[in-house]
Amino acid sequence: MHSTNLATAPLHQANYAPKTFDLSKITLREFNQALHNVKDAAGESNWEVLNPKGSHAVAVGAEHAISIDVQGSVGYYCGGMNQNSTITVHGSAGPGVGENMMSGTIVVKGDASQYAGATGRGGLLVIEGNASSRCGISMKGINIVVRGNIGHMSAFMAQSGNLVVLGDAGDALGDSIYEARLFVRGSVKSLGADCIKKEMRPEHIAILKDLLDRAGITDVKPEEFSRYGSARTLYNFNIDNADAY
Amino acid sequence: MCGIVGLFLKDKSLEPQLGALLSEMLVTMTDRGPDSAGIAIYGGGTKGHAKVTIQSANPDADFKGLDAELGKKIGAKVSSTVKSTHAVLDVPTEKVAEARAALAELRPNVRVMGAGEAIEIYKEVGLPVEVVKRFDVTKMSGSHGIGHTRMATESAVTTLGAHPFSTGPDQCLVHNGSLSNHNNLRRELIRDGMRFETENDTEVAAAYLSSKIAHGQNLGEALESSLNDLDGFFTFVVGTKNGFGVVRDPISCKPAVMAETDQYVAFGSEYRALANLPGIEDAKVWEPEPSTVYFWEH
Repeated sequence: MHSTNLATAPLHQANYAPKTFDLSKITLREFNQALHNVKDAAGESNWEVLNPKGSHAVAVGAEHAISIDVQGSVGYYCGGMNQNSTITVHGSAGPGVGENMMSGTIVVKGDASQYAGATGRGGLLVIEGNASSRCGISMKGINIVVRGNIGHMSAFMAQSGNLVVLGDAGDALGDSIYEARLFVRGSVKSLGADCIKKEMRPEHIAILKDLLDRAGITDVKPEEFSRYGSARTLYNFNIDNADAY
Repeated sequence: MCGIVGLFLKDKSLEPQLGALLSEMLVTMTDRGPDSAGIAIYGGGTKGHAKVTIQSANPDADFKGLDAELGKKIGAKVSSTVKSTHAVLDVPTEKVAEARAALAELRPNVRVMGAGEAIEIYKEVGLPVEVVKRFDVTKMSGSHGIGHTRMATESAVTTLGAHPFSTGPDQCLVHNGSLSNHNNLRRELIRDGMRFETENDTEVAAAYLSSKIAHGQNLGEALESSLNDLDGFFTFVVGTKNGFGVVRDPISCKPAVMAETDQYVAFGSEYRALANLPGIEDAKVWEPEPSTVYFWEH
């Protein structure tokens, strides 16, 4: 797989060794507390987390622009509610990576399990492998870029933000979608209720180009994608649509 | 929730460590379900001999002299190995049905956990760490095994309600999820001659697969059929004498991670369960697809 590094570039270049938290030596709670104790990211070195071994809730609730490298795979909800920080998972992520993130960047070098970026309100979530089912469910402004494929029921009830998929999408993409934009380069197994293919206008190419740039993806062109979004027929209840609910 | 683990060894040199590896995997999943835990281990069988794993709430009284009495009743040599509340009876394979009928007469309070040439099943109420210790699982060797730690939803927290469920020779199944059509399916399976020990939904899934296999399907086909006939949430891991299979329902909200190396195929509800396996850093790790049957055989 082509590797990207833009989003992993530390926000604050430090001249000294990273601050290291070895989860085989300290508890997850101690690490997360240290993260929450940061009042100002200026001058903070890069943080490094060792031996996550699938732990849940790694680096949840970061508020400041720290760069955190997690060396290994994580479990549920890594980087949840993230604000400003840049988290790179050098492995795969369990369910709910970046859930409800507000801003900042999360990069998963491997695969992500179900509901990646669920309810996310902002920031950029990059998954360099595949994401499984319900990717971007109920997304509310987050931008998600997946280099591989996404599973079924992705962007279910997505409200705003952009989901960019370089590979294929599974069944029922964008079911009951509101105003999020879905860009898929590969095939879509099926579209969910009220989700339709839409034309790519210049403003969409511009959005896509910006997102691909920010995700460090240089080997594909925005023109290769199709756009999907809401047909807006389910916004208000209409008895003629009863079968579509 | 519930936590499931499974380990299918390709490399025979790991076989002495099967119990230890599987135990560690299961204990890691403790916080997914603290009600009861169980483990099925396949291995060490002798051709022509079957192992019948039995359980009693009153093992001292029930297991005393049982091998001799049972042997006399069925006219064959029977030996037993007692481990806490469980005992494994060694009986000739062709005498298993006879031995089960005789057991019901001789010791009506004893329950059969499973039977087959390779399978041994141990399950009890309590945390995985306690169950594993009680049955000395870490010292067991074998070719493959599956384990379960339960957060009960569909039936009571009892020894019999713990997983794995075994409803056919050398077959067993563990389940994360809940089935919604199990009562109806149970009635159909009873008409088909299956017997049930509990009100549990997972026992119905196990019996469903055993029934399909008894009607001539192989495990892969039986798992394919389950996708049409079972309604509800499920991630299943199943074991047979030589095989190990995984299937998830079409919605697949119950988690599953798999890992494969030249030495083994491993299953965990979460990656945490796999994190300490040998060579995991270089393993192929993936999430099994919905409605897709995965199956390995020796």
